Amino acid sequence: MNPLGAASIITPGVDWLGVAPVALLALAAIGIVLQRSILRRASVAYPSALVVAAVGIILSAVALAAQWSRVQTDGSYTTLSNMVAVDGFSIFIGGVVLFATACSVLLASRYLDRERLDGPEYLALMLLSASGMLAMSSSNDLIAIFVALEIVSIPLYVLVAYDRRRSTSLEAGMKYFLLGAFASAVFLYGIALTYGATGSTGLVGIANYLSEVTLLERGTLLAGLVLMLVGLGFKVAAAPFHMWTPDVYQGAPTPVTAFMASATKAAAFAALIRILYTGLGGSSSDWRPLLWVLAVLSLLVGSIGAVIQTDVKRMLAYSSINHAGFILIGVQAGTIKGVSSALTYLAIYAFLAVGSFAIVGVVAGRGDADSDLERFKGLSTRRSALSWAFTLLLLAQAGVPLTAGFIAKFGVFSAAAGAGGTSYLLALIGMLTAAIAAFVYLRIAATMFTPAVEGTEMAPIAKVDLGTGIVIGFSCALTIVIGVAPGLLLGLAERATLLFVR
Amino acid sequence: MIITPTWYLVLAAALFAIGAVGMLVRRNVIVMFMCVELMLNAVNLTFVTFSKTLNDLSGQVAVFFVLVVAAAEVAIGLALIVAIFRRRHTGTTADDISELRG
Repeated sequence: MNPLGAASIITPGVDWLGVAPVALLALAAIGIVLQRSILRRASVAYPSALVVAAVGIILSAVALAAQWSRVQTDGSYTTLSNMVAVDGFSIFIGGVVLFATACSVLLASRYLDRERLDGPEYLALMLLSASGMLAMSSSNDLIAIFVALEIVSIPLYVLVAYDRRRSTSLEAGMKYFLLGAFASAVFLYGIALTYGATGSTGLVGIANYLSEVTLLERGTLLAGLVLMLVGLGFKVAAAPFHMWTPDVYQGAPTPVTAFMASATKAAAFAALIRILYTGLGGSSSDWRPLLWVLAVLSLLVGSIGAVIQTDVKRMLAYSSINHAGFILIGVQAGTIKGVSSALTYLAIYAFLAVGSFAIVGVVAGRGDADSDLERFKGLSTRRSALSWAFTLLLLAQAGVPLTAGFIAKFGVFSAAAGAGGTSYLLALIGMLTAAIAAFVYLRIAATMFTPAVEGTEMAPIAKVDLGTGIVIGFSCALTIVIGVAPGLLLGLAERATLLFVR
Repeated sequence: MIITPTWYLVLAAALFAIGAVGMLVRRNVIVMFMCVELMLNAVNLTFVTFSKTLNDLSGQVAVFFVLVVAAAEVAIGLALIVAIFRRRHTGTTADDISELRG
């Protein structure tokens, strides 16, 4: 008892390594904001902000690597009174998020100059959002997941509307904000109901309660589950909660679109998988049918929706919905294999999406003005390297063998076939929609190799800058390397899943 | 008459439904935004009620987090609305902001 007579407060132990990746990114973001207020000249402020961002991302990656080696020897653990789980799963998703962030920063490095946008604030917002994603992948408590989700979303609302002189960007930001806030509120209500049904917001606490107590009245828990799925369905862009995706992906600045398609999807799926497998793992018979429906709808809406589009950015947005469906096939399998196949898919889709949107950003030109399919006509004669790279990435998205996309699709299909029953049917539907989506990808590729109509004046396509070039080259290289030798990635994903906190 | 916690839960559900329906039917962006706030506060009421019935503090702690998040969302949302209004000088209904479609 201390002199004041009050009971002393026992604060939870903090494992600093466990929170280091998140903290380092957030610190880098704060550092950028601070140095921006000191260095007023844009010519100095932007390069130094880029350096701070690069240092933050690299240090965060180093911290993740340190976590990985520690988890390998000591096993996964939780810290901050079970709020934060450090396991292979969180580290794997963290790696995907950091990769996507680094690529988006590279894409943005010249893009912001071209569009005459303020650089440092953009980088700060992106790093903040990424720190939220890392927090989300390791949150082990519903409240922590909610706070992380908002740390992800709020900077993204600004980033989508970042090109504030362009009305389409503002419109996309507004739409994303309204629907995102709505989805967050729904998700939060789901959390409240789950808390009411189980008496805990911690995922482990929920799992323990559900394994010990037989609920007399399951309505509250089921309603909570459905509402949480609705909220996360919005974030991962799964049908029928996909309405915002095409508009927002089209209107947002292209580096932001690349970031959203790759990193946001990975982080939101991480939260989804953790809630379902750790918290509600015992009641998988409740959520598997729900995910089944979400997966079928996403597969169909994504592939059929893409067919009727004429804008390449919108096509890729629908294809992103389609890919969400494929990842859901893996998640709904409800097995270890399902999780590791979803992780593999997320990692592969991350670089496919980043590379594809990078190329669209180059072709669309200043102000993301024209990403119409017409603009890609005859690209092979004007920019043959660019068109070959895009063809490769599109073929990979279609799932052609010897590309990374095939490995991703094969993984989720075999997980679904392994789970048997209705999952088997889902795999068949997935293959069908993959064929429909392949039509879209081939249509874009064929357009690029069709010569432009004689006499039509085509706006020139700017040179590929260094940052974008690195991103495109890297994603193409990864597409082939992982397509030919997938062993390393598959091994990592499997290892990550086995080190899952239960 | 005894007011049981169920009453609060029903009230919260009703408020949440009003917010959700308002979000879907109203076209004015600011009103839609207020509907989201109503939904968040309905959730807060649910959290506090469950916290009371379960005799567990974490529900009340959650409310503080929700309040902070809602405040941050207000700041961003109003800034976006102002930016759109400056750019377009038109009304702020969802129908005015519909260039992107297809």
